[in-house]
Amino acid sequence: MGRLVSFDEMMKPEGRHRAVYAQIQKWLDQAPRELLASRRAQAEMMFRRIGITFAVYGDKEASERLIPFDLIPRMIARSEWTRLETGLIQRVRALNMFLSDIYNKQEILKAGTIPADIILTNPHFRPLMAGWHVPHDIYIQIAGIDIVRLDANDFYVLEDNVRTPSGVSYMLENREVMMRLLPELYAQHQVAPVENYTDSLLASLRSIVPHKSGHNANIVVLTPGQYNSAYYEHSFLADKLGVELVEGRDLFVRDDVVYMNTTRGPQRVDVIYRRIDDDYLDPQCFRADSTLGVPGLMRAYRAGNVALANAVGTGIADDKAIYTYMPEIIRFYLGEEAILKNVPTWRCRERDSLSYVLENLPDLVVKEVNGSGGYGMLIGPHASRQEIADFAQKLKQDPANFIAQPTLNLSTCPTAFDDGVQPRHVDLRPFVLSGSDGIRIVPGGLTRVALKEGSLVVNSSQGGGTKDTWVIDDMLLEE
Amino acid sequence: MLARTADNLYWLARYMERADFIARILEATLRLEALPKDYGGSEPEWESSLDAVGVLEAYRQIYPSVTGPSAVDFLAFDHRNFSSIRNCINSARSNARAVRTALTRETWEAINSAWLELQRFESIHAQKGYFDRETLARFLDFAKKTSLDADGSAYRTMLRNDVYWFQRLGLYVERADNTARILDMKYHVLFPESDQIKGTRDYFQWTTMLRAVSALTAYHWVYRDQVKPWQVAELLILRPEMPRSLISSYSNIVRFSGQIARAYGQQGPTQELAKDVLTRLESLPIRDIFASGLHEFVTHFIDDTNKLGHTISTQYLLS
Repeated sequence: MGRLVSFDEMMKPEGRHRAVYAQIQKWLDQAPRELLASRRAQAEMMFRRIGITFAVYGDKEASERLIPFDLIPRMIARSEWTRLETGLIQRVRALNMFLSDIYNKQEILKAGTIPADIILTNPHFRPLMAGWHVPHDIYIQIAGIDIVRLDANDFYVLEDNVRTPSGVSYMLENREVMMRLLPELYAQHQVAPVENYTDSLLASLRSIVPHKSGHNANIVVLTPGQYNSAYYEHSFLADKLGVELVEGRDLFVRDDVVYMNTTRGPQRVDVIYRRIDDDYLDPQCFRADSTLGVPGLMRAYRAGNVALANAVGTGIADDKAIYTYMPEIIRFYLGEEAILKNVPTWRCRERDSLSYVLENLPDLVVKEVNGSGGYGMLIGPHASRQEIADFAQKLKQDPANFIAQPTLNLSTCPTAFDDGVQPRHVDLRPFVLSGSDGIRIVPGGLTRVALKEGSLVVNSSQGGGTKDTWVIDDMLLEE
Repeated sequence: MLARTADNLYWLARYMERADFIARILEATLRLEALPKDYGGSEPEWESSLDAVGVLEAYRQIYPSVTGPSAVDFLAFDHRNFSSIRNCINSARSNARAVRTALTRETWEAINSAWLELQRFESIHAQKGYFDRETLARFLDFAKKTSLDADGSAYRTMLRNDVYWFQRLGLYVERADNTARILDMKYHVLFPESDQIKGTRDYFQWTTMLRAVSALTAYHWVYRDQVKPWQVAELLILRPEMPRSLISSYSNIVRFSGQIARAYGQQGPTQELAKDVLTRLESLPIRDIFASGLHEFVTHFIDDTNKLGHTISTQYLLS
């Protein structure tokens, strides 16, 4: 990896810091190493006390692990953020229009902009969703768009997460912990707040209530339960929203209406913020062995008696094969050029691309189109000869299942370790909320950091950590 | 019981509650101040916070202008401020010491160990003449925990007799006054017409109020709705399930003053006034309060609570 020189978000090549990091640089220069170490220990204690842990599947020893937290905030200037925000709004609008179209008129297929078989043979395409519109025609209420920087100018979309993106509780708790741990540094920066995220989420969920009785509508968060890796986040969100955290067994469907069992008898449920995958939602329609879901839920959904956030079948929009068509999708529905760039991607389903990819495997990152969480991918430059050969076999057997991208030279940010501060690769997941009354985004998002030296994998399941993300006013930078 | 003993018990509880309130106001204002300007962060917040605690005039006698750092220190630790957190804890402890035998050991130790801990903060403060932000955060945590400990020990260990009732009376009179002062300081951002999402600025004003009475999460559980100004007002004034609301404070005042009256076999002006205020709160829907003017309502309420304080003093505490 030594041959790549990454864009460092703090230090310019000539050794001067970028303006947005001025105060951070000063603080790092002055803060004694022991202070950083003691703050790190304090941070860990605070996260333990809050209970913000996650489970790693197959890791019995550590069933409640902390995601490592890095103290040094990731800085973004307001002008940069505004550009990013505009691009995110554009992208999520197009994604929503795409889903509404794909499940109804399919004009984009008729126009030949996207090959129909990519959609129609895709396991994430849900025929049950075809031929009707979800309440208010909003399919993606909550999106987590993964953004990377490769240089000082552009933001690139690495992937769109529009099924049940997680991580927002880390964004919110990281901020609370930073305010406590480094109050002086925090106060110097006048950081744009993120604390109104849950209020915005509530407003978005309220805006999609399927019937008229808006004010008394019941919203719930549906969790697979406390053994799920993101359970902390589910409980955190339900608490902040002031809504019940339910499991499938708390809900039932009668006459196509969803109810929850309460001490006052059955109460009607109008909006379900579900953190359960499509496959497990309703054993009558999807996996029959699912005990996490609610029998009859899809009937109630299709009868228009309940709204689901996100809608069923959104997986078709964050498929990595569809991703490659995002510039065309944005142009098709909005008549605009995409503000956020796509990472250059080879579709292995196309013969020329496949042969290029096979020839260049040691330099490429190859991903399964339906994979997530950093599993099932090949990172060419880090793979052994044998691993590459094995992967080439897999690729040849089912090329349509893969896409390939150049090894991205992700930007780096200063990160604190016991032996000092070192640059590490980062990405950014801003959360985009869509309601019938518009799109809401709090400034910033979750910065994920690959803690291993040279590593480009930021996923928490693969040793990644998180940072707080500070959006600060440009006028502060001029001083 | 000696009138003087009742006086100590009553004020012990008031000072403890006030220390907690000032700590929350400080935290909420620091949070607001750290926001970017277009989200409402600015120094004028300190003026209204000093005003809410009732010490703006005292502050002006010492400092020519209101600045963040001097306001923080004045509220937290200045010995010249009668109501600084430091003085509140000192006053609570000296009241407790005067009635040491009336308190359970647990209650006394909660207050006395807080006072000992305060000495440690004294020496840190003496070194620099102020607290840095991190020490301040620890100090505010300490203040809140002190009130929790004192309150919890009393609740768990004290006999339910007039010793306990006078403490509770003090706590709820102080609490009613504190919540009303927050409303007084922010009434102008609570007009119903600010219903339209006017911008994020007001949002952070509302959440600051809710934080100051530790009710931000409670708000969502009560209303299952976004933060809206008239609901914030209703929560703080009229919701009986909200422990710091005016109505909840007054139903406790009525309850504990009633117990004193029953034990002593005599009702008086305290009970009468407390019941009057509670009855009015119970019969007023929030829209009537807005219709006749929130500011007038709050001002009137603060006057009544002051009057109640005087009445309690005259009826029970002054020998």
